[in-house]
Amino acid sequence: MRILLDSFTKTFGDVTVIKDMNLDIKSGEMLALLGPSGCGKSTTLFAICGIHGMDGGRLLFGDKDVTSLPSQKRNVGVVFQNYALYPHMNVWENIAFPLKIQKRSKAVIEKEVQAMAELVQIEELLDRKPVQLSGGQQQRVALARALVRKPDILLLDEPLANLDAKLRLEMRSEIRRIQQQTGITAVLVTHDQVEAMSMCDRIAIMNGGKIVQLSAPEEMYRNPSSDFVAGFLGNPPIAFLEGVIKDSHCHLHGGETRVALNGHAQKVSDGQKIKLGIRPEFFRPEFDLKVKGKISFIEAHGRENLYDVVLDNGDILRSIQNHDAQYQLGQEVTWGICQDNILAFDGEGERL
Amino acid sequence: MKSRNFSSLPIIILLALVSLPLVTMYVFLFVDTISDAPAGSLIPTSFTLEHWRFLWEEPKVGETSIWPVTLNTFIFAATTSSIVMTVSLMAGYALSRLNMPFRRFMLAGLITLHAFPTITLIIAIFLILQLLGLYNTLLGVIIVKTALELPFGIWIMKGFYDTVPWEIEMAGVQDGASRFTVWWKLVLPQVQPGLVALGVFSFLSAWSEFILPQVLSPSGSGQVLSTYLNSLILDDTRPDFNMFKSVGLFYAMPVIFIYLTFQKKLMNIYGGGSKG
Repeated sequence: MRILLDSFTKTFGDVTVIKDMNLDIKSGEMLALLGPSGCGKSTTLFAICGIHGMDGGRLLFGDKDVTSLPSQKRNVGVVFQNYALYPHMNVWENIAFPLKIQKRSKAVIEKEVQAMAELVQIEELLDRKPVQLSGGQQQRVALARALVRKPDILLLDEPLANLDAKLRLEMRSEIRRIQQQTGITAVLVTHDQVEAMSMCDRIAIMNGGKIVQLSAPEEMYRNPSSDFVAGFLGNPPIAFLEGVIKDSHCHLHGGETRVALNGHAQKVSDGQKIKLGIRPEFFRPEFDLKVKGKISFIEAHGRENLYDVVLDNGDILRSIQNHDAQYQLGQEVTWGICQDNILAFDGEGERL
Repeated sequence: MKSRNFSSLPIIILLALVSLPLVTMYVFLFVDTISDAPAGSLIPTSFTLEHWRFLWEEPKVGETSIWPVTLNTFIFAATTSSIVMTVSLMAGYALSRLNMPFRRFMLAGLITLHAFPTITLIIAIFLILQLLGLYNTLLGVIIVKTALELPFGIWIMKGFYDTVPWEIEMAGVQDGASRFTVWWKLVLPQVQPGLVALGVFSFLSAWSEFILPQVLSPSGSGQVLSTYLNSLILDDTRPDFNMFKSVGLFYAMPVIFIYLTFQKKLMNIYGGGSKG
């Protein structure tokens, strides 16, 4: 079911957390609300499920205005960060609870719970108590409970935050599989860009209560609208160089290094401040726009090595390369930047 | 056996030394009720059940039978503890979770009332009860005792509610349950250990209450075991100490029994109530 937030505003006391936010989530889509803590992503989620009231604007599910509808009548399934399983009930009772509230018949409940348990693959755990389950299993139970009454919308509030790294990988694809299998419209709140990129159809990246950019993961990575988005997506993160324009070149602060501006030359004027974003995979020996520097840090990732290179003005560029390249800490290197993939931003951080 | 980094022997010796007199007293409390000893001696010489005769003998003129008094005490304790439980259960939730007016003021009031030395109120309470016509009735004592127990009860229950994660309630609401159902089906089971402990504590507190019944219901139908015990040695010109001990033991038995049964749950009330 389509979700439409129309000039949504939320205040807590005197503080306006979100002002005039618009968001259109397509039916059957999985959308990530991504952002640093305190950016309003959870607030948005809680407004959609009805736990927080809205201080302005409208919320539509399909064509139905649900702005003032209480949570109980919205038919939204929520998975909370700490799963919020009912500790005194066993797994079966936990999953059956929403159906019992609807006063469904015993046979129906039995059948639905069984079907859900199969979907999330916990059939053999049904008579256990939540404390007897591992984090990943609790997660599956929480998912089953959220989905059992066939909600129109599934909301996930940082569902993987409490899992260890290996389980996180596993549950990432599990949640995606279940979402695609059920075809449910889902909203995922996360501060982890990897989760957002790997699980979702589209990402809405938020900062300071605003949606900064809304696009597909690949598009957002390649084509960020601002330096904030570029800096938030990508691991290892992008490196920024600051400089001033002179003769269609970017002169880096406090140094001799000049970087030619091919594609962006027409959009800038002399004397303008500029910020260049260079992702680690586009700074390697084989590229042609050479800059000199000294290796200040090496981080082994196994398959690849990450190098921090200090330029003569003190700025740092990152480079990620195959691990068999033998570079030493402190070594002077002259590596190249891939010109076509430089992201240029103006003084305010807007993309040029 | 768990390995320890300290020796427990000195502690055991110290505890034994300190508690030996107490244990001796308890032993003699029991022994004296079923035996006779010659005057001036501690060693009993003959077994007798005579000191327990108050349980089966018809009371003499001017004396009261112990059974109606025991029933009174039970009604007093049970009513008090059920009212305290019911009210604390609801008030504690309201104070912990609901966004209601004067919440801070009420919380501060609770703490103040809890810390207040209640005995200073006794004259005012006496006057009020007389005005209401509840003086010298069991009902009056129940009302007063309940009122005095409530601040503690509400405060304890609020503490237990505070440890229940908000998300459980949010999840319940999302699952389609009304706020009342959420409270009844999801939150109550989480605070149940606290509720049991509170119930036992208020029951015992009322069971052993002496001052209130003594002052507010000194004679007649409202007598409870503590005041009965008091009148036993006051009224008699020739006090029977062994019978006094028997009544005392009879009076203390439910307390001991309840403590033994609910030990673990009672510890809960000081542990904050969250079970891992």
